[in-house]
Amino acid sequence: MATAANKKDPTCEDDCCELDGLDVRTVKKKLIEKYPPKVARKRDKQIVVNRIDPEGRVPTIQSNVRTVPGLISQRGCCYAGCKGVVLGPTRDIINITHGPVGCGFYSWLTRRNQTDPDSSPDGHNFMTYCFTTDMQDEEIIFGGEKKLKQAIQEAYDNFHPKAIAVFATCPVGLIGDDVHSVCREMKKKLGINVFGFSCEGYKGVSQSAGHHIANNGIFTHVVGTDDTVRDGEFKINLLGEYNIGGDAFEIERIFEACGLTLVSTFSGNSSIDQFANAHTADLNLIMCHRSINYVAEMMETKFGLPWIKVNFIGAEATAKSLRKIAQYFGDDGLTQRVEAIIAAELPPVQAAAAEIRPRTEGKRAMLFVGGSRAHHYQELFAELGMKTLSAGYEFAHRDDYEGREVLPAIKVDADSRNIEELEIHPDDTRFNPRKSDAQIAALNGKGFKFADYEGMMPEMAQGALVIDDISQWETERMIALFKPDIFCAGIKEKYAVQKHGIPLKQLHSYDYGGPYAGFTGAVNFYKEIDRMVNSRIWRYLKSPWQQNPELAAKYAFE
Amino acid sequence: MRKVAIYGKGGIGKSTTTQNTVAGLAEMGKKVMVVGCDPKADSTRLLLGGLAQRTVLDTLREEGEDVELADVRKMGFGGSLCTESGGPEPGVGCAGRGIITSINLLEQLGAYADSEALDYVFYDVLGDVVCGGFAMPIREGKAQEIYIVVSGEMMAMYAANNICKGIVKFAEAGGVRLGGLICNSRKVDNEQEMIQALADRLGTQMIHFVPRDNMVQRAEINRKTVIDYDAGHNQANEYRILAQKIDNNEMKVIPKPLEIDELEKLLIDYGIAA
Repeated sequence: MATAANKKDPTCEDDCCELDGLDVRTVKKKLIEKYPPKVARKRDKQIVVNRIDPEGRVPTIQSNVRTVPGLISQRGCCYAGCKGVVLGPTRDIINITHGPVGCGFYSWLTRRNQTDPDSSPDGHNFMTYCFTTDMQDEEIIFGGEKKLKQAIQEAYDNFHPKAIAVFATCPVGLIGDDVHSVCREMKKKLGINVFGFSCEGYKGVSQSAGHHIANNGIFTHVVGTDDTVRDGEFKINLLGEYNIGGDAFEIERIFEACGLTLVSTFSGNSSIDQFANAHTADLNLIMCHRSINYVAEMMETKFGLPWIKVNFIGAEATAKSLRKIAQYFGDDGLTQRVEAIIAAELPPVQAAAAEIRPRTEGKRAMLFVGGSRAHHYQELFAELGMKTLSAGYEFAHRDDYEGREVLPAIKVDADSRNIEELEIHPDDTRFNPRKSDAQIAALNGKGFKFADYEGMMPEMAQGALVIDDISQWETERMIALFKPDIFCAGIKEKYAVQKHGIPLKQLHSYDYGGPYAGFTGAVNFYKEIDRMVNSRIWRYLKSPWQQNPELAAKYAFE
Repeated sequence: MRKVAIYGKGGIGKSTTTQNTVAGLAEMGKKVMVVGCDPKADSTRLLLGGLAQRTVLDTLREEGEDVELADVRKMGFGGSLCTESGGPEPGVGCAGRGIITSINLLEQLGAYADSEALDYVFYDVLGDVVCGGFAMPIREGKAQEIYIVVSGEMMAMYAANNICKGIVKFAEAGGVRLGGLICNSRKVDNEQEMIQALADRLGTQMIHFVPRDNMVQRAEINRKTVIDYDAGHNQANEYRILAQKIDNNEMKVIPKPLEIDELEKLLIDYGIAA
C-alpha cells in the first residue's frame, strides 16, 4: 500500500513493444495525432501501453475524468447508472422515473435483466412495466412534486408494491423538485418503503456517479431493515451481478449444488426483501467491482461482513472463485462439495473448448465495455486460445485498471466530490466481525485476499493497449490498424463496427444470447464466438464503392 | 409594429413606468399590447383598473389545449390590450420556462398577427435577467428595442449595465437594440447628470428624466395610471412626453457595457462623493 502513492510507473520506452506485428508506440501516436494538442495531451494519459514490471506493477492510466466535448463517447449518464444498472433488475420495487417520458422509456428493459417472479411468494414482478411521471411543460414551469405524488399514489393503488423508488432526471434537478421530501411524505402516508435518488443525468462524468448514488440510497433506505436470520450454513451475497441473459440463474444453480445459501443478489433476479436482509449473510462476493464496491464496504463497516472479489465469467475463473469461497468458510464438507462440482462440471466445458479451439486459436479480440466486463471476458477468450489486443472500460476508475493498491494515490477531483460519500460507523448492536483477527491472519497467510481487486492490467499481455473511455474516432482507427476478429462493446458501437466487416458482440445485453456465466454459460459463449468469428458473412460485405470507383467520368473533348 | 421591452432592477418602477407610458401612447391613438413577463402578474393592474387578469399559464393549465386569445387578453385603458404570462409560486418550478411557453402561445394564438394592427407590443420583464427564460423577449427578435429603467442609485445603475451585457449578447443574433435609459428619479444628488453620463458611456441616450412625484403613488392606490387618474396633472404630462419621445425615437444602438471600476468612478465623479 505504502508504495502505491509514489510508485514509479513502468514504461514502454526501454523495450520494443510489438502488438500483433505493429509497434504499439506508433499505434498510440496514430490514435491521437489528429487531436488538437490539449485533447491529445489528455487522451495520451488515457491510452496506455500495458507493461508489467517484475514486481507486478503496471503503468498509471487516467480514468474517471470528463470526456472531451465533441468526442463520441460510449458513456451513459448518472440516471442510467442508478436506475438502469443497479436498481433496474429488482423485480418487486416499482421504479418511477420522475422526468420527461423518454428517460423512462429508453431505460426500460434494455439491459435484458432477467428475473424469476415465481421465486417470490407474492409473484410481484414489475419489470415488464415502465413507470414515469411523464413531465410536461406544465410541470417544468409550476414544479412536478404534485404530479410525482399522484404517480406514487397511482402506482400504489394499482399494484400494492412493497416498495417504490423514485429517480430524478435532469430537468428535476434544474427546477429543484424535492423528490426526497415527496418520498418521505408518501412513505408515511402509504406505510410502505418509498425512497428517492438524486441521480440527475448530468451528475458526475459518467454512469459511475449513478452507481455510487444507487449504492448510497439502497444502503440508507433498505439494507438492514429486516434482521431475520434465514436458514443456511454458508450464507453469501452476490454483488454486482445483474442477471443479463440469465447469468445469475446459472450462478444460483452452482451455489445451490455446492450448498451455499444466497441471501441476496445486487441486483440480478433480486427482490427488495433480500436487500433488506443482506446484512445477515457472512460473506459478500463482488462480481462488478466498479458498480457495487461501495455497498460492500459500507456493509463491512456497519455490520462486519467482509467482501472478496470473485469472477464467474470463464470456467476456470468460476472454479477458482468457488474454491476461494470454500477456503473462506474453511469447512471440509463444503470444500468437498465444491471440488465435486468442479470435477463434474469443468471437464465437459474444457472438452467443448477443446473442440472449438482449433477454429478460434490465435484470433484477436478487442473489448471496450463496462467497468468490469472488459476484464472478465478476457478469461473466456483465453480459454478459446484467443488474444486480447486491446481493452478498456467506459466508466471505471484507476483501481479497476491498476488494482486497489492505487486507491490512496487516486486524486479526488471536484467531479467526484460532487457525489456524496456516506460516513458509516459500526452498528451499536448488529456489528459482528465474521472472522477473528487470528482467522483473518491465517487466511492471509495462505494467500487469501480480502477486499482486494488486482485490476485488469496485471492480467493483460505486455504491450497490449489499454484505452479508457475510447472514442468513436479511436475505435475506427484501431479497427483500421488491426482488423480484429471480434470487437466487444455495446449497442451504440455495434453497427458502426459491423460496417467495417468486423463482428461485434454486445457485452451489455449479450445481443440475444446468454447466459455466459458459470460452466454452462462458458459453453454458450464458446459456441457464440465460434459462430461469430468464423462466419463468412463479413467477407461478402464489400460496399459498391470498394469494388468500383465512386464516380466515373471523362472529358467531353476526349 | 414596434416591439419594446422594458428592463431594470427589481423595484425600480418598470411596471409603473410601462403602464403610464402605454397610457400616453394609447391617448395618442396608438394600439398597444402589454405582455407582463413576471410570475407575480402585476404588470397590467393600472391599465385594467385592478381587474384580476387570468394569466396565460393558468389558463393553459386549466383549459388544456383549448385556449382562445380572448381568454388571456383583456382590454384596458385607452383600448390597450393586456396579457399576463404568470408563472409558478416562489421557489417552485421554472418561471423562465413559463415566459417562453407563454410568449410562444401568444404567438400561436395570433396575438401579434397583422390583423391585430398593433402599433406597439410592450414586454414588462421582472428584475434582472436571471436565466434564459427572462431573456426570451430579447432573443429571437421578439423584442427589437429595449428601454432600461434606472435611477441614480448604485445598484440600479449596476443592474442597467448588466442588462446591457445581455443585450450585447443577443444583439447580433436577434437584432435587438437599446433605445435608451429612462431615469425614474429617486431624488439622488446630481441624478440627471449622472444618468446622462452613464448613457453617454454606454453609447445611448437618457430618453427622459421622470421626476419623482407622489401623484404616481396616489394614482396607483386608485389602480389607475396618472393620465387616467388626473389627466391635467404635471406628472401626466411627463409620461406623455416620454411616450412622445419613444414614438419619435430613432436612436437604437448596441450598447458598450462598462467595466465595474469605470462604473464606480462614475458614481464618485457625479454621485454622493462629488
